Amino acid sequence: MTDLTLTLLVPLLGAILVMVAPWGERTSRPIGIVAALVSLGQSLFIVRDFDKSIGAFQMAVDRPWVPSLGIRFHLGVDGISLWLVLLTTLMVFLTLLSPQAMGLHKTRSREFTVAILVLEAGMLGTFLAVDLFAFYVFWELMLIPMYFIIGIWGGERRLYAAIKFVIFTLVGSLLMLAAILYLYAQVHAVTGQWTFDYATWATITLPRGPELLCFLAFTLAFMIKVPLVPLHTWLPDAHVEAPTGGSVILAAVLLKFGAYGFLRFALPFFPLAAQQTAPIIAWLAVAGIIFGALMAWVQDDVKKLVAYSSVSHLGFVVLGILVLSQKGIQGGIFQMLAHGISTGGLFLAVGILYDRRHTRRLSDFGGLWKPMPVFGACFLVMVLASAGLPGLCGFVGEFLVLLGTFTAGKDWQASGLAAPMFAHPALLAGLAAFAVILAAVYLLTTYQRVMFGPLDKPENRDPQVRDLGLRERLVFAVLVLTALVMGMAPQPILDRTAASVQELTANYRFRLAEARANPIGPARRVVAGKPSARPASAPAGTARPF
Amino acid sequence: MPSELRMIPLLPLLSAAYLILFGRRHSRESVHRIACLAVGAAFLVSADVFFFWFPILYQSNGLTDLVGTWLASGDLQVDLALRMDALSGLMCLMVTFVGTLIHIYSTGYLAHEQDYARFFAYLNLFCGAMLLLVLGDSLPVMFVGWEGVGLCSYLLIGFWYGEAANASAGKKAFITNRVGDLGFLIGMFLLFRAVGTLDIPVLVDTARAGSPSLTAALWWGQPVAFWAALFLFMGAVGKSAQIPLYVWLPDAMAGPTPVSALIHAATMVTAGVYMVARLGALYLLAPVALAIVAGVGALTALFAAVIALGQNDFKKVLAYSTISQLGFMFVGVGTGNFAGGIFHLFTHAFFKAGLFLCAGSVMHAMAGSGDITRMGGLAQKLPFTTWVFRVCWLAICGVPIFSGFFSKDAIVAGAFATEVFGPRLHWVGPTLGAGLLVAALGTAFYMSRLYCLVFTGECRADLDTRAHLHESPFAMVGPLLVLGLGALLAGVMGLPPALSRSHGDLIGRWLATALGRQPEVSRALQWRVMATSALIALAGIGLAWRFFGGGVREPARRFTAAWPHFTAAVRGKFFIDEIYDWLVVRPLRGLSRVFFLVVDRILIDKLLVGGWTVLVDTAGRLLRLVQVGDVQRYLAIFAIGLAALVYVMARPVAPSEVKVRIEGRSATVDLTEGKAAVDKLEYGFDFDGDGREDRVGAAANANWLYPRPGHYQLRIRIKDPRWNTSRTIARTIDIP
Repeated sequence: MTDLTLTLLVPLLGAILVMVAPWGERTSRPIGIVAALVSLGQSLFIVRDFDKSIGAFQMAVDRPWVPSLGIRFHLGVDGISLWLVLLTTLMVFLTLLSPQAMGLHKTRSREFTVAILVLEAGMLGTFLAVDLFAFYVFWELMLIPMYFIIGIWGGERRLYAAIKFVIFTLVGSLLMLAAILYLYAQVHAVTGQWTFDYATWATITLPRGPELLCFLAFTLAFMIKVPLVPLHTWLPDAHVEAPTGGSVILAAVLLKFGAYGFLRFALPFFPLAAQQTAPIIAWLAVAGIIFGALMAWVQDDVKKLVAYSSVSHLGFVVLGILVLSQKGIQGGIFQMLAHGISTGGLFLAVGILYDRRHTRRLSDFGGLWKPMPVFGACFLVMVLASAGLPGLCGFVGEFLVLLGTFTAGKDWQASGLAAPMFAHPALLAGLAAFAVILAAVYLLTTYQRVMFGPLDKPENRDPQVRDLGLRERLVFAVLVLTALVMGMAPQPILDRTAASVQELTANYRFRLAEARANPIGPARRVVAGKPSARPASAPAGTARPF
Repeated sequence: MPSELRMIPLLPLLSAAYLILFGRRHSRESVHRIACLAVGAAFLVSADVFFFWFPILYQSNGLTDLVGTWLASGDLQVDLALRMDALSGLMCLMVTFVGTLIHIYSTGYLAHEQDYARFFAYLNLFCGAMLLLVLGDSLPVMFVGWEGVGLCSYLLIGFWYGEAANASAGKKAFITNRVGDLGFLIGMFLLFRAVGTLDIPVLVDTARAGSPSLTAALWWGQPVAFWAALFLFMGAVGKSAQIPLYVWLPDAMAGPTPVSALIHAATMVTAGVYMVARLGALYLLAPVALAIVAGVGALTALFAAVIALGQNDFKKVLAYSTISQLGFMFVGVGTGNFAGGIFHLFTHAFFKAGLFLCAGSVMHAMAGSGDITRMGGLAQKLPFTTWVFRVCWLAICGVPIFSGFFSKDAIVAGAFATEVFGPRLHWVGPTLGAGLLVAALGTAFYMSRLYCLVFTGECRADLDTRAHLHESPFAMVGPLLVLGLGALLAGVMGLPPALSRSHGDLIGRWLATALGRQPEVSRALQWRVMATSALIALAGIGLAWRFFGGGVREPARRFTAAWPHFTAAVRGKFFIDEIYDWLVVRPLRGLSRVFFLVVDRILIDKLLVGGWTVLVDTAGRLLRLVQVGDVQRYLAIFAIGLAALVYVMARPVAPSEVKVRIEGRSATVDLTEGKAAVDKLEYGFDFDGDGREDRVGAAANANWLYPRPGHYQLRIRIKDPRWNTSRTIARTIDIP
């Protein structure tokens, strides 16, 4: 039996241990690695104990926290968060294991390890929280260590990037806080109890106007994190300035919170507003897919290039979620995981290049396969995984999202969704599919300019440019193996997400129908299977023809 | 059902994985032993399954090996299943057989190569992916192989990565293929939306049944089948190097020659033909799509044959020749003559792989150079190579008895006889058939030119090279001889029925259950086509001999002088690469740069994001002006603020309640509560909403008798005469 509280405590305890350990800098990283490894082991136990037939939250921990305000320390895991938890612990472990995590900085490894472990606790808490208040606390908790990681261990413009990152995130999250407080009051007005409980909140339907405003507040916070074009400009700066470890965590895990929050909160809480704004978000997602790819193509800084490729890849996640079908959402979740592995790997690779050559400009490299063949092979797998080559992790998510989007019209009709989420899904899928070509263009161009061609620059012949060391090999071995397994046997992952996604979409369909039938009604409680507090007229008659 | 089917792709894949991980620790001998054994074993397993289950393959849908569910989500269910039927069994044998030969050949060709293990790992990986493509039972599994072979092609073209040109050629191949793969993806999506599955047998059965889900009109009046077929064909165009996506194949010759032979001649590039044949039933539902397939094929056959006339690089000539021959195969499958297309695929695999390996042998002797203007007279120095080349050359020219003659005739005759296009497009078949005959003339001419310039006449190489000319080692010559034998005899598989009633068209009969109906070719037509094409082959060879026999002769020089622009255009490959570069690559890259600078940096980051900071910054600056520490100014602001406050406060306060009492048609309004009651205010009542005030005065109540029932707007104006401020309240009144 696994206890989720322990999952949160282990990284925190590890952080405390690193802080108080009397042996100084030398032991801080090993202690951190052990803590991260224990955490990883715990999340593997969670996966083992997870019951894939249950859609609701499992392994719940539910204790009063601030009883007077109805705040509870309520954690749980379901199919949507399960793999993200594993991704988090895995990537934190690999980050701490990687010798380049702090970039070129050699000092303050104790503080760095503490920051990463606190960040891990924050990230795990955000994925596991079932209480909105706890969610918000963890959400903000993540911000602080990341701010320090960029601001202290970053590159030259690290302060600018760190502040930009914090302000962007805060703008969104403060608006979300306002919406949370409003909803808190509304939940009390409808149910008569002060509570932040997710399950209760997910049954409250707001009147149309406030619903739209709250949805926008939540969605803004999440879409900044994803990031959705045009809210993305903090990302290239943050990535370029962050140390390797920061970039890896940022890309592999932090960005996922945008999509996760959107799926977990924005859609179930505000069904009607989500459906009404879906066309705009879907088009922005597709624009981001194409735009990010084109931007990546013209970058000279490899890190910036990978950052823009993230914009492109995460557009698929948003698109898949918006499709609101089993294929789309499962594909979106899978794409989140795959992106975590492949882009995390790419950032690690860039970190190694930077470590060897102290530059990230594409034009400074060339012919590196000769001195670094093992690195070249690992880098190639990451590049191909990112380009969505079938057989590696990137393909499954993209394929499901594109297929789900292309066939969305049929799925909506078959599942009885009250109205289409957006028009011309096949067209959107067709446009998004162009990223298949563009990803190959910018990724293979990058790979070629770094690894192939003559080894003609004297700096690249320096003995400093050496192949992977033992720890680096270990890190990449895990990543390559994960990418391969996820690509060749994705079914265990998909199996465990299916029930939760099914529950989520069914609930969404039900609540959307109710909200559409009763658009200007007051705030009310709508529970699937039971008549709503204020009866709605028959929802079936309101369906628009597709 | 035999689970050894999975061993066929797995053996080379495992060997590839092993060689990638540990290959560098092994000696050359053990590396190539492992690699050759893996492919050889795959061949033996294929042969074992094929011949053991021979009748089942022939009669039914074949054998399936279900490994497990690959991915399932919602209504999508993709099994990792392999299927060997008449068609895929034959392909499997061919791929593993030619693959084994070329593995053996490579041990000689790359004997001096540093990165020996890496080469064989890639080659094994390729074989595994190709076998997955061939055996995959559903489109996504096929797609895994499809992109996998593309990856190996990328890796092997850029095998000598130290040269930027090689790496670029590999990249170009992968990206061009990706353009096609976009079509493949969309084709799959269309089929899934229409049929609800991506299992090939189900799709084929649905198409054979003419299910309305496929024949329903989709866009511009064309049925689903048409669009799905067209998009899938786009994938085939990329993989099989047809117009407009053929440009990667000539560049792909940068890779080692065995790679060109295996991947870029015999196996991978034929995957498009194989895919169209496999989904033949779908294509038969859409005659227009078939016509497009055949039309593109014929056009490519002609166009590439013309370009091949002007190339001076041994492998480039063969590359354009491959493109052209693939065009022939597409005419075959595009005229519904699937067996004909597959037949040519087979004979081509033998003679073209043979030609490429000869090219490798020649270049091996010429110290790596492939420039045919520097060759000549090599027949004496390389006797085995020359003999194999002669056989393959006569085969591709279509000289009777040799394999190419029969397979090409099968396609041409099928094109003349086909009825798949229906009455409206009836003219398509014969037109394409005639086009192919012209292309065959071109083929005979450029291949004979190649033969003449390389093997006849005086050697034009420099003395150094001439001194080193030698026949290749047995590891290279052995596979050559086997392929030469194949090029000579493979025609037996598809003798025209006119020649042999009992043993005619073996391959057509073998594939009949798998591929469905074929065009009926009358005996007279068979004879006519055979005679014409034999004459054409001999004419092409004769003409080439007059131009190039024993070296470049006078007629060739005169032709070049008479048509300088045409010759230059052909030499320059009609500048298609340059046109693509200027039309697609550069504009897109320029657009991206402009987008990055204008939209991303300026519009979004500077204006949209920076705008907010400027706004906050400016607001702060402005507010700072107010706070200057000057007490008099503070007092003035205080006074102004106070005055404003008083003015606002002095507005008549809204009554806390507006009481409206309705009795019959009479309404009484009473405001006598709140602050309004205390002050001396003036009230105006407009009961019927006509804009005129019906009661005006100091009384805070009034009543009104409505003339008739209805829905009225009540408007009450409260005015404070001292400050001359007022407020209006509105209500609605329903008089029953």
